[in-house]
Amino acid sequence: MSAYAAATPLTAVSRAHCRNYARNYWPFVAPAGIIVAAVIVFPWIFTLYMSVHEWRVGSPMAWVGAANYLRLLTDDRFGWSILRTLYFTVLAVAFPMLLGVAAAVCFSRDFRFRGLARTIFIMPMMATPVAVALVWTMMFHPQLGVLNYLLTSIGLPPSSWSYDASTVIPTLVLVETWQWTPLVMLIVLGGLASLPSEPYEAARLDGASSWQMFRHISLPMVWPHIVVALAIRTIDALKAFDTIFVISNGGPGTSSETINILLYLEAFSYYDMGYASAIVVVFFVLILMISLVLFSLRRPG
Amino acid sequence: MSGARNYRLRRAFGTAGFYGCVLLLISPAILVFLWMLSLSLKNEVDNMAFPPVFIPNPPTLANFVDVFEKNDFLTYTINSVIVSFGATGLALLLGVPAGFGIAKSRATKAAALVMIARVTPGLSYLIPLFLMFQWLEMTGTLWPIVITHLVITIPIVIWIMIGFFEGLPAELEEAALVDGATIWQAFRHVALPLARPGITVATILAFIFSWNNFIFGVVLAGRETRTLPVAVYNVLSFEQVSWGPLAAAALLVTAPVLILTLLMQREIVAGLTAGGVKGG
Repeated sequence: MSAYAAATPLTAVSRAHCRNYARNYWPFVAPAGIIVAAVIVFPWIFTLYMSVHEWRVGSPMAWVGAANYLRLLTDDRFGWSILRTLYFTVLAVAFPMLLGVAAAVCFSRDFRFRGLARTIFIMPMMATPVAVALVWTMMFHPQLGVLNYLLTSIGLPPSSWSYDASTVIPTLVLVETWQWTPLVMLIVLGGLASLPSEPYEAARLDGASSWQMFRHISLPMVWPHIVVALAIRTIDALKAFDTIFVISNGGPGTSSETINILLYLEAFSYYDMGYASAIVVVFFVLILMISLVLFSLRRPG
Repeated sequence: MSGARNYRLRRAFGTAGFYGCVLLLISPAILVFLWMLSLSLKNEVDNMAFPPVFIPNPPTLANFVDVFEKNDFLTYTINSVIVSFGATGLALLLGVPAGFGIAKSRATKAAALVMIARVTPGLSYLIPLFLMFQWLEMTGTLWPIVITHLVITIPIVIWIMIGFFEGLPAELEEAALVDGATIWQAFRHVALPLARPGITVATILAFIFSWNNFIFGVVLAGRETRTLPVAVYNVLSFEQVSWGPLAAAALLVTAPVLILTLLMQREIVAGLTAGGVKGG
C-alpha cells in the first residue's frame, strides 16, 4: 500500500515530464532561432523575391516576373560558367578523394610520429586560404616562379599555370587538392578508426593480402564515410571561391569564371542585383540536387 | 634461415616504403609553407632571382617591418581579432543552448536547417545582407562583418554541440530533473560542465573559420574595417608588387591559425571528423 502510494506521484511526475518533453526545450533554441532566421533564412527569402525583380543599385526596383530566369537560359556566359564549374568540380573532387582515401589508409596504421605527421598533413586546410593562394600565385609565376624552375630542372617543359586559358583550371584544381585532401582523409580516417579488428585477423589467418583486406573488408565498411566525404567535397568544390578569386579572378579572360565568380561580378561589380539573385537561386537548386543525389548513395552501400 | 632473412629484409623495405609514403603525403604541405617562410625572409633581389634562392642568406626581417610600417596592419589585426572573437562568442552564447535544445527534443528539422545552411554558398547571403546593411546605415562599422560571420560560426557551433549533447548519458540530467531541478538548472549545472570538451572544439573551429573568412569581408569591409585576409588581398597585393612583404603579411595572417592547429590538433581532428564542417 505504501509502496503504491509512493509510486503514484512519481509516475505522475514522469508522465507530465514526458508530455512536455519536446515543448520544454524551445527557450534554448529560440534565441539562436531568431538570429538564424535573420541572417540565414531571411536572405534566402529575400533572394527569391529579388530574383523576380529588375534592380540595379541606385535605380528603382521593378517587377519583371521570370525575365531574369529567361535571360539566364540565353546567357552564354552563364552557360559556360556552369560547364566550367562542373569541369572544375569533377577534378577537384576526384583527386582529393583518391589521395584522401590513400592517406587515410596510411594514417590508420600506428607508426612513430603519427600525431605530428597528421598535424602537418591537415595544415593546408586550416591555413588562411587567401594567404596560401597568394603564395601559390607567386609560385605559378611563369618566369620567376619556383615551380617552373623545378619543372625545367628535372627536364620537363615549363607550364603557364594560372596565366593561360588552357592550364588555369587544372592549376586551380592543384591548389584545391592541396588544400582539401586533408578533410577527405579525416572523415575516412574517422571511419577506419571505428572498424572492428576481428575480420582482419580472420582474413590474415586465411592468407589474404593487404590489398584484398582493403578491397573486401575496409572499403565496404567505410563506404558510408566515403560517401559523406564525397558529398562534402563536391559541395565545397562547387562553392569554391577564395582561391579562384585570388589566383585567377576568373581569368585569363573568362577562362576560369565559375558560377560563384560570375555571381560575384554580377552582384558586386555590375550591381545587377535582380539578375545575380536569379543566379543564386539556380546555383542553390543545383547544389541541393547534387547533394541529395550524393547523400542517397549512402543507403545501398 | 635465408627465408627468415628474406622476410626480415622485405619487412625492413616495407617499413621504409611506408615511411616514404608518409613523407610523400606530407611534403606538399611542408614545402609550400617553407617556401612562404623563405619568401618572407629574403630581400627583394633574392626573391626576384632566377634560378630561385631557396635559403635566405642572410635572412632578413625587413619584410615584416615593412608590412607594419607601410600599412595600417595593426588596425586590420585589431579588426580581425574583434570580428573573430565577437562572432565566436556570440555563436557560443546562442549555439550551445540551441544545440542542447535540438539534441534533447530530437528536432531533426532544425538540424536539417543547419545542414542546408552549410550547403549554401556564402555569396548567396551577401546580396540581401549587403542591401540590408546599407539600408540600416551600418556600413563603415565592424557590425556587418561580425553579423555575417555568424552565418559561419553559428552552424558550426550548433552542429558540433548537437553531436556532443546527444552523446551525453541522459540519466544524469534525468536525475537532476526528478530531484526538482528546472531544465535550465539541469542544463547549466549538469549538461554544460560535461560538454566542456565539445565547447572547446566548437570554439576553436568557429574561431579559425571566422578568422580565415574572406568572402564576407571583401564585399562588406570599407577602408577602415578590413579584416586581415581582405587587407592582405586588397592593400598589399595591389599597392605592393614586391613578393617579400606580401609573403610576410600572408605568413602573419595565417600564423595564429597554424599555431592553434599545432597546439590543438587533437580537438580539431575530433571536431572535423565528426562534422566535416567548413565555413563559407
